[in-house]
This record gives sequence, C-alpha cells and structure tokens, in this order.
Amino acid sequence: MEAPTKMKEVLTGTTIIACTYDGGVILGADSRTSSGNYVANKVADKITKVCDKVYLCRSGSAAHTQAVAGYANLYLNQHAIELGDKGCSVKAAANIVKEIAYGNKAWMNAGMIIAGWDKKEKGKVFVVPLGGTLMDVPFAVGGSGSIYINAFVDRNWKPNMTKEECKSFVRKAVSLAISRDGSSGGVIRTVTVNEHEQVKEFVTGNEVPVYQDEIQSKGPPQVEFVSV
Amino acid sequence: KRSIDRRRRRRRRRRRRGGGRRRREGSDQTRRFFFWRTRRRRQGKVVFCFLFFVLWGWVDQNKRSERDHEEEGSMLASERKPQGFDFDLCKRNDWLEKQGLKTLKPWSTGTTICGVVFKDGVVLGADTRSTAGETVADKNCEKIHFMAPNIYCCGAGTAADTENVTGMISSQLELHRFRTGRESRVVTSLTLLKSHLFRYQGYISAALVLGGVDCKGPHLFTVFPHGSTDALPFCTMGSGSLNAMAVYESGYKEDMTKEEAMELTKRAIRAGIFNDLGSGSNVDLCVITADGAEYLRNIDMPNPRTFTAVPAPFKIGSTPVLKSKDLPVPSLETQVTVETTATAMDMS
Repeated sequence: MEAPTKMKEVLTGTTIIACTYDGGVILGADSRTSSGNYVANKVADKITKVCDKVYLCRSGSAAHTQAVAGYANLYLNQHAIELGDKGCSVKAAANIVKEIAYGNKAWMNAGMIIAGWDKKEKGKVFVVPLGGTLMDVPFAVGGSGSIYINAFVDRNWKPNMTKEECKSFVRKAVSLAISRDGSSGGVIRTVTVNEHEQVKEFVTGNEVPVYQDEIQSKGPPQVEFVSV
Repeated sequence: KRSIDRRRRRRRRRRRRGGGRRRREGSDQTRRFFFWRTRRRRQGKVVFCFLFFVLWGWVDQNKRSERDHEEEGSMLASERKPQGFDFDLCKRNDWLEKQGLKTLKPWSTGTTICGVVFKDGVVLGADTRSTAGETVADKNCEKIHFMAPNIYCCGAGTAADTENVTGMISSQLELHRFRTGRESRVVTSLTLLKSHLFRYQGYISAALVLGGVDCKGPHLFTVFPHGSTDALPFCTMGSGSLNAMAVYESGYKEDMTKEEAMELTKRAIRAGIFNDLGSGSNVDLCVITADGAEYLRNIDMPNPRTFTAVPAPFKIGSTPVLKSKDLPVPSLETQVTVETTATAMDMS
C-alpha cells in the first residue's frame, strides 16, 4: 500500500450560465464538484449571493471562488451601508470581483459570472473569466461544460424573452452540457432575479432531461432534435 | 598670540587716530541706500533660509513616502515580489534531502471519518488507526476533536496538522465565547478553519468533517485542505471515504432517529476499517444534539486482541528443587545522625 497522497484540489469543473430576459436575469448551474476523479459533492450550490439582488456563479477552484465570494460579500456589505436604500449596482459588484481576480491573477483559478438586478440598469450580466477581464454581456456561459453549449446558446438566445422561456432555455442548456461533460452533473440549479423577487429553484437529478444515447429503449434510438 | 594682540592694538589706535567718526558723513540718499540695502540683504537671507527648509522638507517628504512604499513594489503582478507563505525552508529541506539526510515521514491519519445529520442533531464517526508510512503508529488514537461544547470536528490527513488546526480554532472559539457571552456557532468555526487553510493554499493537509448543533439547528460541513467547504446531509473523508460513502448512500434517509443514525455511522466506519488499509482498530462516535454532546470513545471494538503478548507465567512448583542453601546477607542499614545549627523559622 502506498502512503496516502496529497488530496487533489477540489475543482468545480462546471457548467454555469446567466442570461437576461425582459425584466431581469436568470442564472443557472449544475451541482458537481470533483476532487480528481471523485465527486466530492454532487449537490453543490455554485450560485452564491454576494449582495442583495446580485449573485455570483462560480467555476474553477472551489477554494479560490469561495474565498473571492467571501471578500466580494464583505466589500459589498460595507459599500451597501453607504448606499442605503439605493441598493448595490451589479456593475459595482462585478468590478469588485474583477479587482480581486485581476490583482491575484497569477495565483488564481477562478472563472465567474456576476448577474443581478438593480434599479438603474435593470437586469445585467457580467463575466470575469480566468485572466480577470470584465465584460458586460447579455448572456454568458462558463466552466468546463460551457464549450459544448456555446453554439447552442449563441443560436437560441433571443433578447426580451419571457421568464418561462428563459428558464426553460437555461435548463435545456445546462442539461445539454451535463450530458456531454464528465465534470458536470447532479441537479440543475436556477436563480431568477427581477424587480420583485429572487427565486432559487432546482431540477432534481431524475428529472434532468437526457438525450439520445443515454436513453435505454428497445426500438430504434429516439433522437430529439434540438431546435436551431 | 602676542603678535596678534600687538596687531589688534595697532589697528585700534590707527582707527582712533582718524577721529571719532569711522565713516565719512554721507548724504541722506547714500544713508538711505545703505540702510535699505542691509535690510533687503537680511530679508533675502531670511527668505533664502525659509526656502531652503521648505525645499528640504519637500524632498524629505518624497523620500519618506519612498521609504514607506519600498515594500509595495510595482503595480504589475508579474513584477511584484512574491507574497504569502515563505518557502525558503522547503528549498533548504530539499537540498538536505539531496545531500542524503533522511527526513521523517509525517504521521498520516489515513482514515475513515464521516458524519450524518439526523432529526435532532448530528452523529460524527471515526476509526482509530494512525499510520506512519506503512506501519501503524497508534492503534487507538482519537480523531474526533473538541471544538466547542456543542461542536466537534473529525480530522483526516496529517495528524499534526489536524490536531493543531482544530486546537487553534478551538481556543479562538473559546475566546470568542468569552467576548460574546454566547454559545459558539458552527459557521463561525467553519469560517475560521477555511480562512486559515486557504491562507496556506493546501499545504496544511487537514481534511475535516465539522459537525455541531447551535441556535440555528444541526449543521454538518466538510472542509478540504485547500480551503473549500461544502454543506451536506452526510459526508465522509479520508482514505476510507469511498467505502463509508457507499454505506451512507445506500442507507441514508431523511429525519432518522438517533439510534438509526448511530447504527448507520457505525456500519460506515466498519466498512472503512475492514476494506481500507489506512483505517482500522475501533469505532469512535460523537452524538451532538441540542442537549449537548456525547463522546462515545471506542463504542465498537471489532478488532479485539485475541492473543496475549506475554505468555502465562509457570505455576509455582512446576520446577523440582534439588538443593537449597541460605546465605546470610549483611545488613545494609546504617544510622546517620544529622546535626544542624539552624533554628526553626519563626512564622509569628
């Protein structure tokens, strides 16, 4: 027997997505965190609240992103004291995350999507990928599973969708990524943020849609056409 | 010296010879000119001195900010000096190893630890084997560490790291309890542990299962060596974690009773003990509820010692006596009288 080796770092190896719709934003993520080949947590929550009505999707190293989320929460709470009723803007939150990510770029492995609702700009999505850039985008995908759904999301996202359309779009995108990416799996978590509400939901593992080759059927394989 | 005096005296006489007046009587204009010239010269000197000190102060100020910001370096991340943990001693140890010095292998707990949330609280379980490489260093070690009266923490990884980290955070929690006058919360200990471990970027090899009951209810968390945490209804850590997780996955249900949870945890640890080489010996449990914590040390001992280390002594009379002889042994007692001149201490 070999001496126990140093534990592999826990990575979120993920699929995260956020997109705007008419009146707010919807964030979505899978729920698998892996440590090497072992699934350390199959029901992880990768969508963290950093401020009232602003959420952060985490991908990359679990430790790094949890630390960044903690710092962002601290700074934004301090900032919110000064703002009072006005409420924290998504742009401010995104900039704070960017400062931390860019300033520590040499030692960090964290790709994050910041999305939320504020009074001035309504629904907003910002993405801070690995190097610490900050981009203001109408929709964004991140994590290891995002590469499989880039084309799908580019083709199928429309501006000014309704809430239900957007939610099913987000869930479909994450389920497609789960079916192809080994580091993504578990449940599909979604957070809906708009002027009136912040709703956290999830689709249980057995209800996550499966696609062609995963379905066991006696007859010819049922091929589902994903609308283009 | 005398010549200087003579010279001075001659000069003074010469001056006096010229009459009482030292200067020629000048006109009003000339007098005014000289008056203002000396005034301006004096002012000039004052202004010059003032400017000199101002300049000096300004230069010094710049130098001071330079001194203060010496350590900060440039804004570019690539040009900055490395911050954080200092690895110079690690380099020295590597060099020593290359020179042939054998380093001690740190004791690893090579463990099975687990925890599960039940209806009224949490149950934490651990095995009791501590390994140093391929040998068992401690057959009955304690892996469930006290953090607070309502919080306990199981530790896997390097024994020194887990014991010291949990001990350190435990004392911080106690100080915090004195400060606040309240029972410690599990999330407090979680944040202290995760920020400490994150600071050391995974080099403190402590994988922990933290469980407790506070005013917000029962909590169970895992803490990884790099500083990430997860909140779960059941979790396992250590080399035997896969074995224990298999038992939990098949046997867990929501809102178990205390007995069910204890039985499930015992089974999970036993799975680790018998199927993982890094875990063994006995099962320790810790049941924490709102009423308090029960630390059940060695509740299950599935590996009893069935052989005796020392053979049973021979019965008296089993060896035949052939000859016996009594030898007088001189007395070793001697009388010693101690004479002291000291008087007893007066305590009145």
